[in-house]
Amino acid sequence: MSTASAPNQPQPDSSRGRLGRGESEFVLEAVGLSRSFGPIEVLGDVSLDVCAGEVHAIIGENGAGKSTLMKILSGHLSPTRGALKLDGAAVDLAGPVDAERRGIVLVHQEIMLAPDLTIAENMFLGREIRRGLVLDDREMNRRAFEAMRVFGVEAPVNLPVERLSIAQRQLAQIARALTVPHRVVIFDEPTASLTPVETAALLRLIGDLKARGVAILYISHRLEEVKAVADVVTVLRDGKKVATRPAAGLEPVDMARLMVGRDLLALYPPRVAAPSAAPFLDVAGFGADGFAEDASFSVRPGEILGFSGLVGAGRTELFEALFGLRKGAGAIRLDGKPQQWRDARAAMRAGAVYLTEDRKGKGLLLEETLATNLTLAALDGFQRGPVVDRAGEARALDTAIQRFDIRVGDKGLNAGQMSGGNQQKLLLAKMMLLDPRVVVIDEPTRGIDIGAKQQIYRFIAAMAGEGRSVIVISSEMAELIGVCHRIIVMRNGRIAGEVEGEAMTEHAIVVLATGVDATAGEAAT
Amino acid sequence: MTQAVHDAPAGAARRINLGAVAPFLALILICALGAAANARFLSFDNLTNVLARSTFIATIAVGQTLVITGGGLDLSVGAMAAFVAGLEILFLNSGLIENATLLIVSAMALSLAVGALCGLFNGLTTTVGKIEPFIVTLGTMGIFRSLLTWLAQGGSITIRDSEVRAAYRQVYFGDLFGVPYPVLVIVGVAIVGAFILTRTAFGRRVRAVGSNEDVARYSGIGVARVRTLTYVLQGLCVAIAVVIYVPRLSSASAATGLGWELMAITAVVVGGTRLKGGVGRVWGTIAGALILEVIGNIMLLSNVVSEYLIGAVQGAIIIIAMLAQRLARNR
Repeated sequence: MSTASAPNQPQPDSSRGRLGRGESEFVLEAVGLSRSFGPIEVLGDVSLDVCAGEVHAIIGENGAGKSTLMKILSGHLSPTRGALKLDGAAVDLAGPVDAERRGIVLVHQEIMLAPDLTIAENMFLGREIRRGLVLDDREMNRRAFEAMRVFGVEAPVNLPVERLSIAQRQLAQIARALTVPHRVVIFDEPTASLTPVETAALLRLIGDLKARGVAILYISHRLEEVKAVADVVTVLRDGKKVATRPAAGLEPVDMARLMVGRDLLALYPPRVAAPSAAPFLDVAGFGADGFAEDASFSVRPGEILGFSGLVGAGRTELFEALFGLRKGAGAIRLDGKPQQWRDARAAMRAGAVYLTEDRKGKGLLLEETLATNLTLAALDGFQRGPVVDRAGEARALDTAIQRFDIRVGDKGLNAGQMSGGNQQKLLLAKMMLLDPRVVVIDEPTRGIDIGAKQQIYRFIAAMAGEGRSVIVISSEMAELIGVCHRIIVMRNGRIAGEVEGEAMTEHAIVVLATGVDATAGEAAT
Repeated sequence: MTQAVHDAPAGAARRINLGAVAPFLALILICALGAAANARFLSFDNLTNVLARSTFIATIAVGQTLVITGGGLDLSVGAMAAFVAGLEILFLNSGLIENATLLIVSAMALSLAVGALCGLFNGLTTTVGKIEPFIVTLGTMGIFRSLLTWLAQGGSITIRDSEVRAAYRQVYFGDLFGVPYPVLVIVGVAIVGAFILTRTAFGRRVRAVGSNEDVARYSGIGVARVRTLTYVLQGLCVAIAVVIYVPRLSSASAATGLGWELMAITAVVVGGTRLKGGVGRVWGTIAGALILEVIGNIMLLSNVVSEYLIGAVQGAIIIIAMLAQRLARNR
């Protein structure tokens, strides 16, 4: 859409016209938006616009103000200063409902579906299709199924959302948002929990929306994806706009530099060969009821093993069953000794921890303090008699803040008040207090900015360096290839194969994950 | 997600937690009203009487605070109190032990054991049986009450031996340096309850389990064990209340402890404990129990509102308290 002029010229604040777009085409414009919470300004004088049939990406580190900006544009928050224009006329959004009525739709980053209702029921919530007085479930199920098929997913639309994977819920949420008549669609980190195949399907969908003349605002941490989908990129840092540039000619490394304000070191830590010791964790013929079967693998001390696969391949479920968090059975050996882990407690006692992909739902108590969260799993070590040793907790928190670079101004904050990156670091610190010998990390960098990602990768490498066995489950193939010694790929609940060393390529993984030797993006089944 | 890079606190200055202070402010306000309505309200006799009468609900409500904080609920406490009281009196009447003091002490110990067992049954049925606590304790509520009615053959069970009765009366009506024993019991139970909830690892785990069961499970906490223990402690609290209650009337009937579960839950919620778990305030619960008792007392002393409307006023209090909590949270 945008006919790019010189791509890398220095950035004046007003971007109008410079990108070759006529002011008349703007569907949604933000002029000098500011937003403060108490004395703290989280967004300062940000101007932005988006044309019909254009994808405008907004990038920035956590805390840069992206989510606040999106909430203002979608009517969830009102600006402290500044104005919004829709089709050139000033508008005052009374709330998200008002915004939707005007055709502005926000696809939330967090899953906002009623867990006990089905996909179809959620999708038509408040707009149910009726035949006379009776709900037309068949029609709603059909339409929901069609809406999900757009993503190449044959979704069980009549199952409660609770029983779906996070990725399936995310797709359902996107599909639901798009059932509202829309002219402007705002995506807030839509791919954070999607695997490459679904991401590709989503990007195709965005292409369709664009072709239909929908204006799109797109927030993502995945810079490659921004490069692929965006026409214009705006970079925020510390609540201020740093630059608005045409995407053409703007490479991910340039974006990262603009976001961070300095050159990033290499994203992945230098690779250290895993010591060729005997396997430490050895799993044979393990299955998770209904999700995974007959999984056999082993990890050596100091080795980082990756687990890849599509949504629903059963990776998370396999490890949850392994740790006694859901039903399953099979043989586990730790250092040659047979194990039976009835619950997470038993696994922890044996020296194995699992860090959940669902940080907010299963990882941290969002309404409790950092110290309470930090010591929750290792509380036995913070007791004097029956009493909790608060001084010891405070010391442990100081150590964790230092070691994991948790950035908080106030140690009395609740975990829910921290950014995703800091939450993940806290979860890491919490489990490392147990000094585990086996660490399983599920989606270690989901929804985390690039600076924190880089740190997490170094922590993972350091754990392996200390002789721990590390397993990383991730939907981001690039990060698995970047940090792992070996990658196991799952498909439909079974281990489909394994790649190692030079053979670890995205292509090889996709072939194993889909069972189809085609270019990335074609879904199997 | 929208904090500045160094996740800056938006409301760190607001450290004084309104929700924690509100029940005490309300109690002071109500006492001031009582003093204005009738000068006799502030007399030492009246105040100690109010405190002593609130012992049963306050003690039971401390246990309920633990249960609710852990994400549970116990509707059976009133019926359990009646059942334990009946068994205790039957034991006192059995004449198994000659010495009156020894008999009473043994009866108290038996009550505590029976209370703990009743709580254990509630706890295991909800956790191991994986049944909603509302349903389980609704069931045991019927069971306990009916067992007492059966033991009493539809009437009441009364302490027969007048010597035993006289000796036991001291437990309710006696005092230490002018402070009635029941008041000492409230203070003691509250101190222990607050200590358990705020200082011990067990209390921390109770809060974690009530706040988010999944997080607790993924953190290696034995959710079933922690929850079951809260019910056992609730049973012990009920038994403590019974041990103080029995000497007051020296009898138990089908009407004993009727409606106590609702008053206990009201005291807990008015005190600032969150009904869905995760946040518990033992001292707030004590304030809540006192508020209920003081209001009843004021209504008896003054003639503005008929004392037959005590139930209605107490019902209104729980609704007002919930509204106030909602408003405080939305600010």
